[in-house]
Amino acid sequence: MIEGLLVSLFIFILAIFLGFEVISKVPSILHTPLMSGSNAISGIVLIGALIVVVRTDEMLGTVVGIGAVVLATINVVGGFMVTDRMLQMFKKGPSENNP
Amino acid sequence: MTLLEIVNISYLVSAVLFIVGLKRLSSPATARSGNLLAATAMLLAVVITLIDREVLDYIQILSGIVLGSIIGAVFARSIQMTAMPQMVAIFNGLGGAASALVASGEYLKLSSYESIGIEYSFTIALGAFIGSVTLSGSFIAFGKLQGIVTSNAVSSMVVRGSNPILFIALVGMIAGIIIAPENDLLFLSLIITSLVLGILLVMPIGGADMPVVIALLNSYSGMAAAAAGFALDNLLLIISGSLVGASGFILTQIMCDAMNRSIWNVMFGAFGAVTADSSDTNNQVNQAISTTAEDSAIILAYAKSVIFVPGYGLAAAQAQHQVRELATLLQSRGVDVRHAIHPVAGRMPGHMNVLLAEADVPYDQLYSMEDINEDFERTDVAVVVGANDVTNPVSRDVPASPIYGMPILNVDMAKTIIFIKRSLSPGFAGIDNPLFYNPKTRMLFDDARRALTEIVNAIKTL
Repeated sequence: MIEGLLVSLFIFILAIFLGFEVISKVPSILHTPLMSGSNAISGIVLIGALIVVVRTDEMLGTVVGIGAVVLATINVVGGFMVTDRMLQMFKKGPSENNP
Repeated sequence: MTLLEIVNISYLVSAVLFIVGLKRLSSPATARSGNLLAATAMLLAVVITLIDREVLDYIQILSGIVLGSIIGAVFARSIQMTAMPQMVAIFNGLGGAASALVASGEYLKLSSYESIGIEYSFTIALGAFIGSVTLSGSFIAFGKLQGIVTSNAVSSMVVRGSNPILFIALVGMIAGIIIAPENDLLFLSLIITSLVLGILLVMPIGGADMPVVIALLNSYSGMAAAAAGFALDNLLLIISGSLVGASGFILTQIMCDAMNRSIWNVMFGAFGAVTADSSDTNNQVNQAISTTAEDSAIILAYAKSVIFVPGYGLAAAQAQHQVRELATLLQSRGVDVRHAIHPVAGRMPGHMNVLLAEADVPYDQLYSMEDINEDFERTDVAVVVGANDVTNPVSRDVPASPIYGMPILNVDMAKTIIFIKRSLSPGFAGIDNPLFYNPKTRMLFDDARRALTEIVNAIKTL
């Protein structure tokens, strides 16, 4: 088990360094979309919620798991959709659709 | 190939897509496709998990997903761009809540095992802890952004003093859970104490520090997912969670740098109590020159170059469309118009960029502080709309000031400054702004939206 944990730790640390590398040069105009987009990615815990629901065999576990599924799905769907809505608005000028 | 291998390969593909998606999110031209890529990765991961687990009862799960999707979609479509910080705060909180629930679900499973590995109970406790802190902290942040919770830095000694105690108690509880994982009461107290800590951590933080808090909670929500990944021994959760954790942390750092403060200072240092020195520094004239929309219109219409400096007041007054209208009108008269955006203007990182983009301002007219600061001295008019502290020359000139050293927009270098503001009241930092009394400054005391509309109308009649 400890060996498995070590592998996970390796990957965890490397992923953090990767994250720093990938994101460190984001221009400030994209800070908000980056935030809501990465927030949607943190909704990956939805996978964890699904695993909890499937593995449980008691009522309380199901309730907790389904609750997690609902909350994580709101996070995922809402996060990606609102990010897309924002990014849609970013236009390089001069734009033609002046009011 | 076994089903398990297929699942793991799919998870690997998902992880790669998340990374490429995030990478593409860092350039305006590719950002939209990056977001789409990340969404695809998520869909793939969900579908493959459902196939893998031989789900017997799809109805429960699917109804959960459908319910969540509907709520999420309604939120995403109906939210106003000015309220984007609130939305991100809520979503951070929900992500944290989901992680805490996943950890709790795993905890419930524990009782059915004969022996429990230390790393297992530890990661479960950690997931519950980070998730709960993220949940309650985010909802307090939401309350502050929405104006439900008081936005002043409530720096009472009780709050400050209790946090270290709570933190030590939490460490003790986590140790207790490792030793006695079957004690349900201990696990429940861990969650409740974590929720209280989340509240007390965000409570004392003032409105103008919100960009830091939101970015930090963003980081926490990723870390909570990663902790849940450790508890479930799921690499995809660990990778995606830590990517988000890293990105949130970078944003936190950028926001802190933009205020010349450390994260420690934002979280634990009271701010705003120090105002004594500001009275000495500008006893000289203290006579602000006020102006009217008509006079401002004339100044603007005959300028060669204009820089708009938006701040939180723009969002509060929902005046982004009026800024755009005025900018377009001036451009049609041949005026060179740009927008200067301070990194911490507004209530979340990049808040002003989103608002101006919503109003159809092309992003190549939006300039970051370092790109435009040298141009102020060659600019005829700087129009400050609802910004204050980020223009305060005190932070450059008065070493005794609490905001000394914070990078500012050099608005005072412009030939004329028009300040649209309701009153002479100081900004969040509680420090008087000498720029108000600068002989080059014209104060237009009005609501940003109404003032801009009046200026537009006045220019049209010229």
